[in-house]
Amino acid sequence: MKNRATIPIGPYHPLQEEPEFWKLIVEGEKVVDVDVRIGYNHRGIEKISEAKTFDQSIFIVERICGICSSSHPIACAQAIEDICGIEVPERALYIRTITQELERLHSHMLWLGLAGHFLGYNTVFMWGWKYREPICDIMETVTGNRQNYAMHKVGGVRRDIEREHVSYILTRLDEFLKQLDMLKGAVLDDPVLHARLKGVGILTKEAAIDYSALGPTARASGVDIDVRRDHPYGVYDRLKWNVITQNEGDVFAKAVVRILEMYESARIVRQCLDTMPDGPIDSKPKDIPPGEGIGVIEAPRGECFHYVKCDGTNSPVRHKIRAPTYMNFPTFRETVIGETVSDATIIMAAIDPCYCCTERMIVVDSSHKELFKAQDLIRLSQEKTQRIREKLGVK
Amino acid sequence: MGLKETLLTKSIYVFHVSSGSCNNCDIEILDCLTPRFDLERFGIILVGSIKHADVMLCTGSANRLTIPIIRKLYEQMPKPGFVIAFGACGSSRGLFKDSYNTGDPLDEIIPVDAYIPGCPPKPEAVIGALVKLISKVTAKKGK
Amino acid sequence: MAIDGLIKKIHDRFGDRILKTERKSAKRVYIDIYPKDIVDIAGYLFKDLGCRFNIASGVDDFNGIEILYHFAHDAHAVVITVRAILKDKDNPRIETITGVMKAAWWIEREIHELFGVEFDGNADLRPLLLPDDWPKGVYPMRKNFVVPKRDSRKG
Repeated sequence: MKNRATIPIGPYHPLQEEPEFWKLIVEGEKVVDVDVRIGYNHRGIEKISEAKTFDQSIFIVERICGICSSSHPIACAQAIEDICGIEVPERALYIRTITQELERLHSHMLWLGLAGHFLGYNTVFMWGWKYREPICDIMETVTGNRQNYAMHKVGGVRRDIEREHVSYILTRLDEFLKQLDMLKGAVLDDPVLHARLKGVGILTKEAAIDYSALGPTARASGVDIDVRRDHPYGVYDRLKWNVITQNEGDVFAKAVVRILEMYESARIVRQCLDTMPDGPIDSKPKDIPPGEGIGVIEAPRGECFHYVKCDGTNSPVRHKIRAPTYMNFPTFRETVIGETVSDATIIMAAIDPCYCCTERMIVVDSSHKELFKAQDLIRLSQEKTQRIREKLGVK
Repeated sequence: MGLKETLLTKSIYVFHVSSGSCNNCDIEILDCLTPRFDLERFGIILVGSIKHADVMLCTGSANRLTIPIIRKLYEQMPKPGFVIAFGACGSSRGLFKDSYNTGDPLDEIIPVDAYIPGCPPKPEAVIGALVKLISKVTAKKGK
Repeated sequence: MAIDGLIKKIHDRFGDRILKTERKSAKRVYIDIYPKDIVDIAGYLFKDLGCRFNIASGVDDFNGIEILYHFAHDAHAVVITVRAILKDKDNPRIETITGVMKAAWWIEREIHELFGVEFDGNADLRPLLLPDDWPKGVYPMRKNFVVPKRDSRKG
């Protein structure tokens, strides 16, 4: 057996904000196996939900994940509405669509910033997060909070978008898009990033289907799925927008999908604000009869799935929550084996993992010698970018 | 209260620990370092190792897997060091207190010097908390 | 309707191996089957009909432990849920579907540790979420596991 070594990353790694424990098993520079342990974020939300009322469940699921703070509540509300066909007023459907797309904008920009940091482009990190602020300001103006919006409920939404907010939203959106144009040029036209990211961490279309990968992770591998088009909810089926796919399946393709999706999201928000009718925002449902319901929506990372079972009381008998990263995460094993250690971090980041959504991994006990500490892996990634810069003669 | 504590209030090195959070608090912490709020101009930076930290910033409701890790990290932090419980989860476990996988509140695991309530606390609240912590440390120094 | 076409195909293929079909709406259908038939039906939905595997969920019901396998047919905007009821709560077992699709890899581990279901043929049922010192034989998602309410200020 060749000389294998284990590199542990975590559980507190400056790369990610959340704790998880990765073990990369390497031979020389190449990754030959990977095992991962989660459970550091497991908070037993499904069990907590069984002890709460349906209205309270919406607040809990908002805190499954900070960035999918609009996605999970809408999926949960849709699952409960699906039990007995509760109608949602038109205006509420528009508001749900708008909050969903604004969330997608700030999530993808956040990802762009983090990816920049892992690659050694700290300016991209700083600018990405700075230019994300207009979206946070819009959310604060409309919903009252930068992150946890408390905007959705069964049967509609809790707050309206006031008339005077519309021009504010459009102004800040224009501000955001101008900066996005600049970042898009900086990222997509950079020969160093082409050399760094193309052909790295390829997820084939067959593997993406076998693992039921979702969202940009799947679309970058040529799998043409998008819940907004396939299982329409909100008002997506009435608006003009495109599903973005690429075919290469590498990290660069995943970045392209996310960047181009931001433009589509802005298109959707503008169309919604243009065509949103007046009217009630809440159908005020009273009781939920016994039954089962399923709600699916397209979160920034892929499909969010909620299943709710009711027995006629005011609490769910069972509330199953499946976040997109649960399906995307196992693909990391497919994409990182055979790659070098310095690429492991960006390949993982390319899935845009939201560990708090998923919390799944397990530790494989190993008595192998520790080669690198956690910070060394970011350094390795940034050093590789620097080497490519020097090779291409770029300052 | 000696030279070390005085130096602590000049440039604070922060180690961020997430013991099972939803990531909202963690994003707001990172946000504090980005150009709009820019805590780095006060000399506050995030460090990659607890051994370099003056302040341990804890987010999340500590679950059974992370409690031993939090204790170990606190022991490794060079003293004097301070602990800040960040967010509703850090302060009192928030709405996860009734989970089968959640343990004791953070301040029963390690001593906590400041609490920043909120879900998530805004970056302005983080700045306010650091100012209060510095005032608390310098007030003790005066005694 | 597209959903009726899908239901007919499944019925034509499996006949009386289907115990019950409940068409809840134009987008949702729930199909009850014998647990022993899960691999064939999952294989048909995934490979022949081209459905995507959403997830599986366990439910602790008075009938037994229900395992629901949710499949999405994206072209027709339908979610097909296959229900298998494992009547023996002391020893619930069902065959693994990881041979059909890798997508079921983690969820079988999760259902195994949270509900206590054995997935025959799955050699990797290590715990996924719970800590190492979690007591064996205690399944937190079962209804008989009750979490006591706690004071927010004491442990």
